[in-house]
Amino acid sequence: MSVAIELKDITKTFGSVVANDNVCLKVDRGEILSILGENGSGKTTLMNMIAGIYFPDHGQIFIDGEEVVIRSPKDAFRYKIGMIHQHFKLVDVFTATENIILGLEDQGKYNLKKAAQRVKEISEQYGFEIDPMKKIYEMSVSEKQTVEIIKVLYRGADILILDEPTAVLTPQETQKLFAVLRKMRDSGKAIIIITHKLHEVLSLSDKVSVLCKGKYVGTVNTAETNENQLTEMMVGKKVTLNIDRSEPKNCEKRLEVCDVSCMNREGVKLLDDVSFTAYSGEILGIAGIAGSGQRELLEAIAGLQHISEGDIYYHNPKTGTTDDLRDKTPLEIRELGVRLSFVPEDRLGMGLVGNMDIVDNMMLRSYRRGKGMFLERKKPKSLAEDIIKQLEVVTPSANTPVRRLSGGNVQKVLVGREIASSPTVLMAAYPVRGLDINSSYTIYNLLNQQKDKGVAVIFVGEDLDVLLELCDRIVVIGSGRITGIVDARTTTKEEIGLLMTKTEAYKEDKAHENA
Amino acid sequence: MIAAFIQRAIMQGIPLLFGSTGEIITEKSGHLNLGIPGIMYVGGISGVIGSFFYQHSVEQMNPVLAVLIPFGCSLLGSLLMGLIYCFLTVTLRANQNVTGLALTTFGIGVGNFFGGSLTKLSGTGATSIELTQASIYFKTTFPFADKLGWVGTIFFSYGFMVYLAVIIALVAAYVLKRTRIGLQLRAVGENPATADAAGINVNRYKYVATCAGSMIAGLGGLYYVVDYMGVWSNDGFGDRGWLAIALVIFAVWRPNVGILGSFLFGGLYIVHTYIQIPGFGIAEQELFKMLPYVVTIIVLVVTSIREKRESQPPASLGLAYFREER
Repeated sequence: MSVAIELKDITKTFGSVVANDNVCLKVDRGEILSILGENGSGKTTLMNMIAGIYFPDHGQIFIDGEEVVIRSPKDAFRYKIGMIHQHFKLVDVFTATENIILGLEDQGKYNLKKAAQRVKEISEQYGFEIDPMKKIYEMSVSEKQTVEIIKVLYRGADILILDEPTAVLTPQETQKLFAVLRKMRDSGKAIIIITHKLHEVLSLSDKVSVLCKGKYVGTVNTAETNENQLTEMMVGKKVTLNIDRSEPKNCEKRLEVCDVSCMNREGVKLLDDVSFTAYSGEILGIAGIAGSGQRELLEAIAGLQHISEGDIYYHNPKTGTTDDLRDKTPLEIRELGVRLSFVPEDRLGMGLVGNMDIVDNMMLRSYRRGKGMFLERKKPKSLAEDIIKQLEVVTPSANTPVRRLSGGNVQKVLVGREIASSPTVLMAAYPVRGLDINSSYTIYNLLNQQKDKGVAVIFVGEDLDVLLELCDRIVVIGSGRITGIVDARTTTKEEIGLLMTKTEAYKEDKAHENA
Repeated sequence: MIAAFIQRAIMQGIPLLFGSTGEIITEKSGHLNLGIPGIMYVGGISGVIGSFFYQHSVEQMNPVLAVLIPFGCSLLGSLLMGLIYCFLTVTLRANQNVTGLALTTFGIGVGNFFGGSLTKLSGTGATSIELTQASIYFKTTFPFADKLGWVGTIFFSYGFMVYLAVIIALVAAYVLKRTRIGLQLRAVGENPATADAAGINVNRYKYVATCAGSMIAGLGGLYYVVDYMGVWSNDGFGDRGWLAIALVIFAVWRPNVGILGSFLFGGLYIVHTYIQIPGFGIAEQELFKMLPYVVTIIVLVVTSIREKRESQPPASLGLAYFREER
């Protein structure tokens, strides 16, 4: 076997963030290499550099032993590298064949029939099932993926990169895909596959390379490793953060999520039979790989996501009654004191309006309460000034558009506003994303203060170290199912890491119920 | 009389056909050019300027030059307008609607300014510019048209630009549907990120399509002034530019459908002179002029109900593309 592609000391930085730090990688022909790592460990960035989308800051790439420079996707094609992106790059109103030949120029006369014939040949060779004349918008997700794979094969690629190909597939479709990939390996192609799922890594690949926070951890032969070793490599060593954590006090049931399922428009289950209980006076962490259903879960509680099955019970501390949130509008849920502060990827997407100033953004929550037809600006203004002072928001004034504030300050404004209404349930999703250490600690302290006040805090986080030190209990979610509920004081990173990559459902047992 | 009606309908439809073919090509690249009315106006006045100065600089006009000079000037004028639009919306990624509307206002201003200036230069005291001689050359048609009765009237009685409009529309339809260039252009308009990843130069396609579209649209203005009217008067072009944009929707982004659509629109536009309804004065007859728009709305309703993906506008129409914004 010969080495197909080799990376040496590849480094890539975005601003001050180091996405890849001296990463080395080697794939032979006729071999499947898995790249394993948590979110943000730099897997996709690394692959994008092979595919010509990014250019490395330094380091070398060798193909068949010769050093090459890949500046664009076209260069990558020339070296017979094909990448199947996580988000498909297909034109909806085109047929499979039209998409496959898009951008190909030196192929003689434009002849769709001949191209369709060739697509058929490739499909038969590797055992795909595809109608070359079918329009993309009529296709299922797995068919679209097949088109993407044929697209790179049509271009003659013999080094294939697949970025989380199984994330969107059902187990049966995954098995089919793996069969095809094995066939390709046997015909001498080099295959790199990015995935989070440990059992897939173990069942499919020949070698595994692990990245952790942009650093290259190591490569092991799949035959000589096991889940525990891989998890350990993936999550890295434990870091102590010294977040003050008080013991939960006066715990009462506040929010009960019972067997909740949600579906998207295509009928795929985003949440599958999710059950847990959130208590007052504790911080409940939610851990999981990005896109496993965290967002849907919070939205379901806030009334923004339609629940197809199950109930969410809210125990009202003021009246002592129990309400089913399922039948309530988002506004009613909010009035009950259930607050959602969601920091999405683009930060300003949900919750704040970028072009409006801090005062106006405060009013988004309170404008209904005004008397008469004119808005009342005094109270929101004093609230805005309080938040600026207490949370040390760095801003020229309360009248500066939120868009102009830095990420950390935007998040402080958002969290501050939700806290100001003295909630009984506070949900914070990724509240420290993109923040520096000091701002992060401000947010942690805020959440802890709320906890001490008897609020049920639900914290969705990415960093396992933070989850372990901040939360009292951690719910682990994988592919829309709850894969485990653990005590944050006694668990380990490895345990959570393993649970994150599992897909079997876990049912809450009674021991944890009384925690 | 029916033959004469069809003939007039076709002649009325030709400026719309030029405009809509140009706009379809532009929109297929993902750019909604609302500057088309202005560009057609500029196309018209540019031709008039060329024709005017040629007419006044020689004693006896050469028929070939009398056609080629306005033709070239018109193409140049509308190309410049197209380049302004491209620079703003493709390179600087300005808002396409605002840019287009501004360009329409600008184009009409330019046209009226030069129209007024030329009127003064001609010194006849008239409020319009006569292009009688050039118009005769433009209108030159098949010599045998008269001998064929109604067939001749309907099919062979027009100047060359009428046939040119139909040919351009047919060629555009063929290129869009059956060639690699068409496939790639459509990909750019549907999903520029995908086209980019496939190694297509997105900005080049946008520039070329928009500029070519502008030039074709500009010919519509030229045809209207030099061939159809034979005289330039300020604001004489009316709402034909907007009608051309409506025709794009009517034709569901297919230039070959646009040919028939333009004749239909032309017919609807002049039908009021043929139908006499008692009690309808000149003012009321203007109501008929809204018929093309009514038909367009009906087409919009029908295509929206049918939800056929192929008859929807290009998916990224009106959106600027910037590679780093993934």
